[in-house]
Amino acid sequence: MSVLLIAEHNNKEVKSFTLNAITAASQIDQDLHVLLIGHNADDVAKYLSEVPLVKKVLHIDNEIYENYIAENYTSAILKHADKYSHIVCSANTFGKNLMPRIAALLDISQVSDIIKVIAPDTFLRPIYAGNAFATVKSNDDKKCITIRPTSFEAAETTGGSAEIEKVDAADKTENTKFVNREEIKSDRPELGTARIVISGGRGLQSGENFKLITDVADKLNAAIGASRAAVDAGYITNEHQVGQTGKVVVPDLYIAVGISGAIQHLAGMKESKVIVAINKDGEAPIFSVADYGLEADLFEALPQFLEELNKLNTIQK
Amino acid sequence: MKILVAVKRVIDYNVQIRVKEDGSGVVTDNVKMSTNPPDDNAIEEAVKIKEAGKASEIIAVTVGEEKAQETVRKALAVGADRGIHVKVDSVLEPLAVSKILKKIVEKENPDLVFMGKQAIDDDCNQTGQMLAAHLNWPQATFASKIEVKENSLEVTREVDEGLETIEVNTPAIVTCDLRLNEPRYASLPNIMKAKKKPIEQINASDLGVDTNPRIEHIKIEEPPKRKAGIKVASVEELVQKLKNEAKVI
Repeated sequence: MSVLLIAEHNNKEVKSFTLNAITAASQIDQDLHVLLIGHNADDVAKYLSEVPLVKKVLHIDNEIYENYIAENYTSAILKHADKYSHIVCSANTFGKNLMPRIAALLDISQVSDIIKVIAPDTFLRPIYAGNAFATVKSNDDKKCITIRPTSFEAAETTGGSAEIEKVDAADKTENTKFVNREEIKSDRPELGTARIVISGGRGLQSGENFKLITDVADKLNAAIGASRAAVDAGYITNEHQVGQTGKVVVPDLYIAVGISGAIQHLAGMKESKVIVAINKDGEAPIFSVADYGLEADLFEALPQFLEELNKLNTIQK
Repeated sequence: MKILVAVKRVIDYNVQIRVKEDGSGVVTDNVKMSTNPPDDNAIEEAVKIKEAGKASEIIAVTVGEEKAQETVRKALAVGADRGIHVKVDSVLEPLAVSKILKKIVEKENPDLVFMGKQAIDDDCNQTGQMLAAHLNWPQATFASKIEVKENSLEVTREVDEGLETIEVNTPAIVTCDLRLNEPRYASLPNIMKAKKKPIEQINASDLGVDTNPRIEHIKIEEPPKRKAGIKVASVEELVQKLKNEAKVI
């Protein structure tokens, strides 16, 4: 049997986490098909067909899919479920919203947020905010899986030439209407895929003070993260939150500034390759995961950090 | 309007989790247990809607072992009117819980079902969406704002890109984010009053639902430990280390 991966996109571009999910899906079974549900998304279909790991693209084009609504996606996906042994997508807000609805209707116990494919029916997944790893085996005939994107490399995007098959739309729900989406446009790298992330916590004390973070981020071409405390306090918007109930990031360098390091925050960043903590409380738990800890007042340390960076001849991009 | 709120008893969010040496699970003996944090937000939101005169009754339901009743009692202390405890002997998968909740919904006919977006123990993030699927109801997940309208809800959802707003017709399922509201503490008089509120006990086995596990837990283990780091004395030293030792900038 084959694997069916549900693509996330905005009708113009594939969302980058879909490429990580493609890598994981191809480890389950190489006969990987991607289902693209959208409207006027021919460019996205073409892009997906050129991903070498993709063997076939199923493309549904209908105006009812202009905006992503889980109910409408589910009815479309169920029409194809019979032919596949696995249905998979990324474990971000897109896939977390969608997959359980599909799994329930197929009477399948979903395996969420896998970080490793051990066998086509056996996976590794973090539980308890990543404080334990569970090896789980699904005994359902068919599997519904969501994939933690940051645990898999992004798939290559050129060189393939998969067939694109047009397929029909399914029923539209009358009970859910899309109203709007407030997307904050930014020229900075995306939090989930950035090479460097610098995050601020409650220690920043105000939204204005986040400028100290953004100045360094600009210099390093870094994405900006935040602890839940900083988001709750209104210093910065929700899409920056890193942690158990926010985003999981695995950058080459994670700089935590004024973040004490609650286990819920650590869950979202402790797999980062290099971790720096800047905090004036030397006992803060964040230091227990930091490769380099600096016990200092962030209001002095961050301007100095920027100054030292400015002295460097080159900075990696 | 009637609101059903589902709550789950989990290891308290402040407890440092310890994995059992035999790989069979995590240590739960003598460990502090609490209501799953976003379930507190779900209860709070229901109580606020009732206080605004838009709901007539709030029913708190839990599916769990004997002591899970404590989470229902807590919900009653912050404003739920009555409780339902569906008793089970083992830990159920979200699929099984969603089938049990479907039975409770069919019995109680609520207009809304609220619950937390994710339980902080298994981190599955499935039950609400699965219940919505079983009932063929609309779902509004990861809610950070709920506006009650006539026969519908306008729900602001926290998504990767920022915020998304959808309108769902009732009956509907809403899964709640931690930023939806600030859960209140139960006052002592309300805790006393809650002791008199009724909790109906139902045995899961009487509901005629298949709750057999589909997923085998082969091994639970500690995650790999990070190598101990160092403290640097100055910003200058930090930048030098990042440049020349870690080679990340």
